[in-house]
Amino acid sequence: MSTATIHWISGPVLRAVSNDTFHIREAVWVGSKGLLGEVVRLKALPESGQELTVQVFEDTTGLRPGDPVQGQGAALSVRLGPGLLGQIFDGLLRPLTGGEERNFLAPGQQPQSDQHFPFQPLVETGRILKGGEPFGLIRAATDTPPRDGLEQQCLVPPTLQGEVVSIAEAGLYSDRAPLCTLQESDGRQHTLAMSHSWPVRTPRPVAERLTIGPPLLTGQRILDCLFPVARGGKATVPGGFGTGKTVLLETIAKWCNADVIIYLGCGERGNEMAGVLDEFPHLEDPRSGRPLMERMVVIANTSNMPVAAREASIYTGVTVAEYFRDQGLHVALMADSTSRWAEALREVSGRLGELPGEGGYPAYLSTRLADFYERAARVQTLSGKGGSVTLIGAVSPPSSDFSEPVTTHTKRYVRNFWALDRKRAHARFYPAIDPLTSYSEDASVLASWWHARGNPNWAAQRRRFLTVLEEQARLERMAMILGKDALPPQQQLVLLVAGLINEGFLRQSAFSSKDRAASPQKQNRMMAILDRFMDLAEQAVANGMSIEQIQTLPLLRRVQRMGEEIGEEELELFTQLEEGMEKAFR
Amino acid sequence: MITANLSLTDATTRIDGPLLFAHRRVDVGLNEAVEVTGSDGHPRLGRIAALDDELMTVEILESTSGLGLRGTRIRFFGEPISFSLGPGILGRVFDGVGRVIDGGPPIATRSRMPVDGAVLNPIRRKKPEDFIETGVSTIDVLNSLVRGQKLPIFSGGGLPHNRLAIEIALHARLRAGQETTETQSPFAIVFAGIGVPFETAEFFRRSLEESGALGRTALFLNLASDSSTQRLLAPRFALTAAEYLAFVEGRHVLVIITDFTNYCEALREVSASHGEIPGRKGYPGYMYSDLATLYERAGSLQGKPGTLTQLPILTMPSDDISHPIPDLTGYITEGQITLNRSLDREGIYPPVGVLPSLSRLMKDGIGPGFTHPDHPALANQLYASYARATQVRLLANVVGSDGLTPDDRRMLTFGQQFEQRFIRQEKARSLEESMNEGWSLLRQLPIGELSRLNDQQIDTYIHGSD
Repeated sequence: MSTATIHWISGPVLRAVSNDTFHIREAVWVGSKGLLGEVVRLKALPESGQELTVQVFEDTTGLRPGDPVQGQGAALSVRLGPGLLGQIFDGLLRPLTGGEERNFLAPGQQPQSDQHFPFQPLVETGRILKGGEPFGLIRAATDTPPRDGLEQQCLVPPTLQGEVVSIAEAGLYSDRAPLCTLQESDGRQHTLAMSHSWPVRTPRPVAERLTIGPPLLTGQRILDCLFPVARGGKATVPGGFGTGKTVLLETIAKWCNADVIIYLGCGERGNEMAGVLDEFPHLEDPRSGRPLMERMVVIANTSNMPVAAREASIYTGVTVAEYFRDQGLHVALMADSTSRWAEALREVSGRLGELPGEGGYPAYLSTRLADFYERAARVQTLSGKGGSVTLIGAVSPPSSDFSEPVTTHTKRYVRNFWALDRKRAHARFYPAIDPLTSYSEDASVLASWWHARGNPNWAAQRRRFLTVLEEQARLERMAMILGKDALPPQQQLVLLVAGLINEGFLRQSAFSSKDRAASPQKQNRMMAILDRFMDLAEQAVANGMSIEQIQTLPLLRRVQRMGEEIGEEELELFTQLEEGMEKAFR
Repeated sequence: MITANLSLTDATTRIDGPLLFAHRRVDVGLNEAVEVTGSDGHPRLGRIAALDDELMTVEILESTSGLGLRGTRIRFFGEPISFSLGPGILGRVFDGVGRVIDGGPPIATRSRMPVDGAVLNPIRRKKPEDFIETGVSTIDVLNSLVRGQKLPIFSGGGLPHNRLAIEIALHARLRAGQETTETQSPFAIVFAGIGVPFETAEFFRRSLEESGALGRTALFLNLASDSSTQRLLAPRFALTAAEYLAFVEGRHVLVIITDFTNYCEALREVSASHGEIPGRKGYPGYMYSDLATLYERAGSLQGKPGTLTQLPILTMPSDDISHPIPDLTGYITEGQITLNRSLDREGIYPPVGVLPSLSRLMKDGIGPGFTHPDHPALANQLYASYARATQVRLLANVVGSDGLTPDDRRMLTFGQQFEQRFIRQEKARSLEESMNEGWSLLRQLPIGELSRLNDQQIDTYIHGSD
């Protein structure tokens, strides 16, 4: 193992000299506590040996010249295995477990207890396995009915292959215990365990990338119907503070139809993480009936944790997502917030003395963002299954200015843009997504999915809603000059209908038990009702009905509140509402 | 290895701004505390900022004037900057670096804690959900404060933020019937003035004294005349004391820090003197992370009785909420109470600008089992209606109230009434009084405007109690 000696240190950056070999991006242990760091620069010294520059991911208090640096011989890697689901980790995927003795986090390595999982072999000796193929199954230890937890696979690391020469019997094993031995044609042998390491900055290989697939259903009407995102797609949520980014991401994490959720708190609040940990275990996944926490991996790098680890955490998160994707699962990753990651990048870059670009960010910000978002994909895995990683990244633009570098660069790489609007948030209108500045490039791909699932008019209705909302903004500007009374009845009707779309359809309370997540069926019914209302009201106005008359219809309040009043198991009430509507306009 | 209480004389090679370079003749670690004494005999606190084979760089946290290359003594503590704390800190007054300045005896030390604090493990945090009644309607009903929260007051020069902060501190209590043995721990206030004028410091001290609360308060004063590098340490010493009171003594601690704008100015000044690359408006790029290490020290731990609630005050430069200081703060804290200058001009006290205010943890502390089952709906409806009234007011400013529809005119009246009857208050109100005031305001609106209320709430509160 290569070693070096510190000879200069300031903040999280140190320089060390060594006669051994080190590589760029190699992970190192620093000092007696074994702080985790990464080699970022190498320079030959005039005499002999080399000088390495290391960024340390943890608090460096107490380090001094003369302290040792030890190379790990591999790039910064994380251990991927069955113990990830339902757990919470720091930005370097070290579990944040522990009792009272770990009330406060201390830098350095923590002893980790071995976890044991029930293993079931899938192959016999003599079988040839390629990288990425499963050799065993793990059924998560859930004794509680009604249904089993997620079944996980033990994968051959993507870079290895060979003939199975030994395989363990079914039983309870530690996730690091050797279970399977592969022999390559040249005689080299590899021992495999349930878990394996993978370097975080390297995307995991796939057999083939596919075009983006069916929608990632979020249960949020404004997203699913107006600005949908496809599985394997990427979306960004920019918004100033207090516009509801975190609540929106948490809501999607709760109700979206992915198999596994990676929730990445990157430079965010500790109390929010406590809230997630308090709430998610008590919520039930509507599809499996199991606690929602069982399909989650939480990576928490709160704002007061060391900055360099925040820079790494985003890669950690997406690597974990790819690991589950490779098992043939659909994964959604929420990153809150990528701006904090970019700031970490800026800070580390500044300490290394690099030339700053726009807004002080390093010139490679855009490349790094592209690297991250390009890891979203729908793929055929090495073992021939279908899987996907959908990325949803929040952006926190300073002063809510969407022209700042992180927002503009992100916009170049994502296909879906969900802009949060401060005015809506001030009126407590959530989700505060502004329908006029947001867009979804995935919508055109997804229309056929909706058309095949009970709503042949989806694309037309969506277009109509967006047109009405656009028209509303124009008319309101006009009303500012003329006064509302001066608008002709047809235009006043547009304002009324737009209000109804906003109140009755787009607004959706994340805390209402009936309305927090809407099924595609419910969304279809609601869209149809509003669509029909527009037809009827336009007809009525043309026949001489006044706006006041429409405004005082008792039915209007029912339409306004239909989302909150009609639950998933009583969708037939929508038929009653439709009938009532036909009657009211007759 | 000998490190503790070692000193070094005449090792200094260069002094440049706040930085002092010296030969590394003793074994010291990064970030450890030192005391630098010049020939004037005045001790200055510092820390080791960088180390190499021959030299060490000391960052001096106080004024360097009077130091020379000769006759400067550096004393090494062998540990990061720490604060000696004990049960006697309540009722005492300290300067920004934790030295007693009230003329009393020194503090008997029970534990010594590094002022930079340690990171609270997110999984050991307790979810904050104990509703605190502050007596202010706009906070209790619309932006509820809970124990363990960090809720800053965004203010401006000349607005009554100090009066509001002290009133909240003195009135803050759990609601009757909510007290359980677990929540009954003693209460304490930690007040930190960062770069405040003498009058402000005196206002707080006097108010606390008159109300009899000084005995359970620890005061940290970094006056405007003190060194600006010390300003960076004042909140750290104050929060360390608060952590001691909360997590060692098990008290419910309310920390008031004023004024964070001065802190950030000092940060900018020190960063510039280090020759760092400036970010937005000259503030250093790491200001977010730096502020986070302070604000994130609010919270409570599972299985421990104490809580640490922060009420930081900052004055927005030229009332601009998009200025980096309030902007970054808003991204870290759990909401904000914004004070509004035009309400203040109209003589409305407390002049809370309702729309840009927010409490993120409110949802966990209100509703059934906490305050009142209909509290969330009421808050929601008041917000929606007041936002609409504000919009109508904008319209009326252009077209005049004649161009408005009758419904719009009713909204206009609602907006005025809301400000005069709900925001303005002569004395502290209980939550029930505040809620009743809210319902009575909503009663003047047509049912069609009340889309956030369900039918039952309309029957009970709108039709029911005329």
